[in-house]
Amino acid sequence: MEILGFLINGTLVFATALIFAALGGLIAERSGVINLGLEGFMVSGAFSSAVTAYYAEQAGLGAAAPWLGCLAALVFTVIFSGIHVIASVRFKANQVISGIVVNMLAASSTFFMVKLLFDGAADTPVITNVFHRIHIPWLSDIPFLGKALFQTYPTTYIAFILVIIVYYVMFKTPLGLRMRAVGEHPGAADTAGVNVNRLRAWSVMVGGSIAALGGATIALTANSSFAFNTISGQGYIALAAVIFGRWHPVGAMGAALFFGFAQALKDQVQLYEFARAIPTEVFYMLPYVLTLIALIFTVGKGSSPAALGQPYEPGKR
Amino acid sequence: MHNGEIVLELKGITKRFPGIVANDQISLQLRKGEIHALLGENGAGKSTLMNIVFGLYQPDEGIIELNGQPIVMDGPNKAIECGIGMVHQHFKLVPPFTVTENIILGMEPKRGFGTDLKGAASRIAELSKQYGLNVNPEAKIESISIGMQQRVEIMKTLYRGAEIIIFDEPTAVLTPQEITELLQIMKRLVDEGKSILLITHKLKEIMDVADRCTIIRRGKMIETVTVADTNQETLAEKMVGHRVQFKTDKRPANPQDSLLDIANLVVTAENGQRAVDGISLSIRAGEVVGIAGVDGNGQTELIEAITGMRPIESGTIRLEGRDVKHGSPRTASEAGISYIPQDRHKHGLVLDFDVSENAVLKSYYEERFNHKGLLDRQAIEEVAERHVEQFDIRTPGIHTPVRSMSGGNQQKLIIAREIAKEPKLLIAAQPTRGLDVGAIEFVHKQLIAERDKGKAVLLVSFELDEIINVSDRILVMFNGRFVGETTPETTSDQELGLLMAGKHQGGDRG
Repeated sequence: MEILGFLINGTLVFATALIFAALGGLIAERSGVINLGLEGFMVSGAFSSAVTAYYAEQAGLGAAAPWLGCLAALVFTVIFSGIHVIASVRFKANQVISGIVVNMLAASSTFFMVKLLFDGAADTPVITNVFHRIHIPWLSDIPFLGKALFQTYPTTYIAFILVIIVYYVMFKTPLGLRMRAVGEHPGAADTAGVNVNRLRAWSVMVGGSIAALGGATIALTANSSFAFNTISGQGYIALAAVIFGRWHPVGAMGAALFFGFAQALKDQVQLYEFARAIPTEVFYMLPYVLTLIALIFTVGKGSSPAALGQPYEPGKR
Repeated sequence: MHNGEIVLELKGITKRFPGIVANDQISLQLRKGEIHALLGENGAGKSTLMNIVFGLYQPDEGIIELNGQPIVMDGPNKAIECGIGMVHQHFKLVPPFTVTENIILGMEPKRGFGTDLKGAASRIAELSKQYGLNVNPEAKIESISIGMQQRVEIMKTLYRGAEIIIFDEPTAVLTPQEITELLQIMKRLVDEGKSILLITHKLKEIMDVADRCTIIRRGKMIETVTVADTNQETLAEKMVGHRVQFKTDKRPANPQDSLLDIANLVVTAENGQRAVDGISLSIRAGEVVGIAGVDGNGQTELIEAITGMRPIESGTIRLEGRDVKHGSPRTASEAGISYIPQDRHKHGLVLDFDVSENAVLKSYYEERFNHKGLLDRQAIEEVAERHVEQFDIRTPGIHTPVRSMSGGNQQKLIIAREIAKEPKLLIAAQPTRGLDVGAIEFVHKQLIAERDKGKAVLLVSFELDEIINVSDRILVMFNGRFVGETTPETTSDQELGLLMAGKHQGGDRG
């Protein structure tokens, strides 16, 4: 029973970053822009939040440091999402390639900047003022459930609240209607007076910043620092969650929880006797293998936005 | 109704595109409460002009006046603001959205932070009632008929308060019943005080509903006429610039030996059904055989079998006595079969290729175009230039992507390519679909010219006029079999119509 509690708790913790990133990816993709740059946005978010939190801590800001880190992630990542917007929306470049370029640029430039800022070190110094688990009064005292659900990081709760907000905006507001229209049939949106490219640009940038929060949560919870391998492919897993979740916020959340579970499982399984004989690398593979399997079963039943990946050309017949 | 005030006036509108003047000094007046038709061939510049009115293009010269005031249409938003709505030929609707969502898109009513879908739906239901549009606000676009989708487009303009509605080729995609309904709706709209600009190349519709008609030809304005004072023949002549014969001249056929012999052919469709159910057919050199029938009675599968696009279940196809065991469309093509496909976008052309590339789609590999694995661009361009000249294909140049050409000119390019191959058998499936009278006349003449050169021609069409006009012999196909054979001289629309519906001819065939 206790183990199950740990497993659920671990799932929530690992899923947090994926939920942020998947929501960010989903916002861009619903508006019709393929967002392979999620990995880069997460790297950028992790880097900027860790560096900011570190300096804020040095400046004596204490508990405010991680929050400032998150704010920095939101703002800093606009550089990378902006590149994706300029290339793929403004100049109608191939969105897949633009996303890959963003990823490579984010990985190398942040690594370079860490070296520059910290005298050639490969990672940032460890930050003490990171997010800590909060125990929600009363609820966390509930046996089993309390430990499983109500003793976790504030960012985890924010992630779940954000799912509700994104769902509401996407399906219940005029803005969401327009975003989805732009992703399904930009010509229809254009003739109805919606500025297709502007809406896409905003979607990519807002989505990028939300994905950056995902990177920030990794840097500012479990890791307490930033290094080149802090994100290590989680952006791609988040993209898989978008697809697995059928471009729906709740679906993406479910997929993120599933992948989070795979990562939590990896940690739990290693505690068992029988697992000692298996190389740890095998367990580290687990989330990625499960991602692959999940995608195999979803491919083909696509419900992707109809205009996903197509730059908008007003005159096309 | 004819003397209402002028609500919209175009003065000397000119629009140039690279290599072509799409609109050359066009002027037009739209009065309140009238249906004003804009008539012209495919590619005459009608759509360009309407896109200018709707703010999608900016004119190079000329003024647009709304209620006597000059205005600059700098985008669809401005047009909507001015009370101009457009029903596009290719619907601008989001398939997975509901009718309501599509209509309110871009000007959504709000309640709190959210969209007031309920309020919008009830307003739409009201409008639907007022104009007799019969649209269900809750239905999803992807699950309603084409006719209803078009009514949603009309509703979109009404919801935005349009006083002037532009219809761009509205009947091209509709069934005959839906066309009748649409024309009634248009009349109702003008009765309610709206003004309509109707872009079309269909003369019958103009005669049915329009009050006045402005004719443009090759980008130039010819004149505006009152429809009551004119007739179809005059309109057609003004549109294409010369007298149009609705009935193609042809001498009696002079059939030679049998060229294509099909015996007991069975072909299966995708769904596993026998689409062609034991058909025998022979066509002689120098005759046109027309296959009449309602769409979906096996005509497509029959043609696909002859052209090598679909495997044969059993039976034989012989061309000049030799068994054509077609492995592929290429072997069929090389055996001397040319094919003008029913869907020119899907099977006839690569839309993003240019004219010259499309001209050699079936022959690029031959030695004259292909030197040691490299394309001989010069030879290809020469052929393309020749096609453009001989078949009067109107295009800015041979390096224009065919996507940007009108349907009539695309079809001419296909016909040029297929005829230039000097085939023994020419198959034409719905060769005039979506074309205007001028282009139809051209296509029919070409088919008969091929016949007179001693080729065998197989025409498949759902249009009775076309079948009767062009064929020497008529077969009626129903449920995968021929249910009747007749000649254009001895048959009538009525007889063919009955056969097409599966009512047997005298005997016990089929």
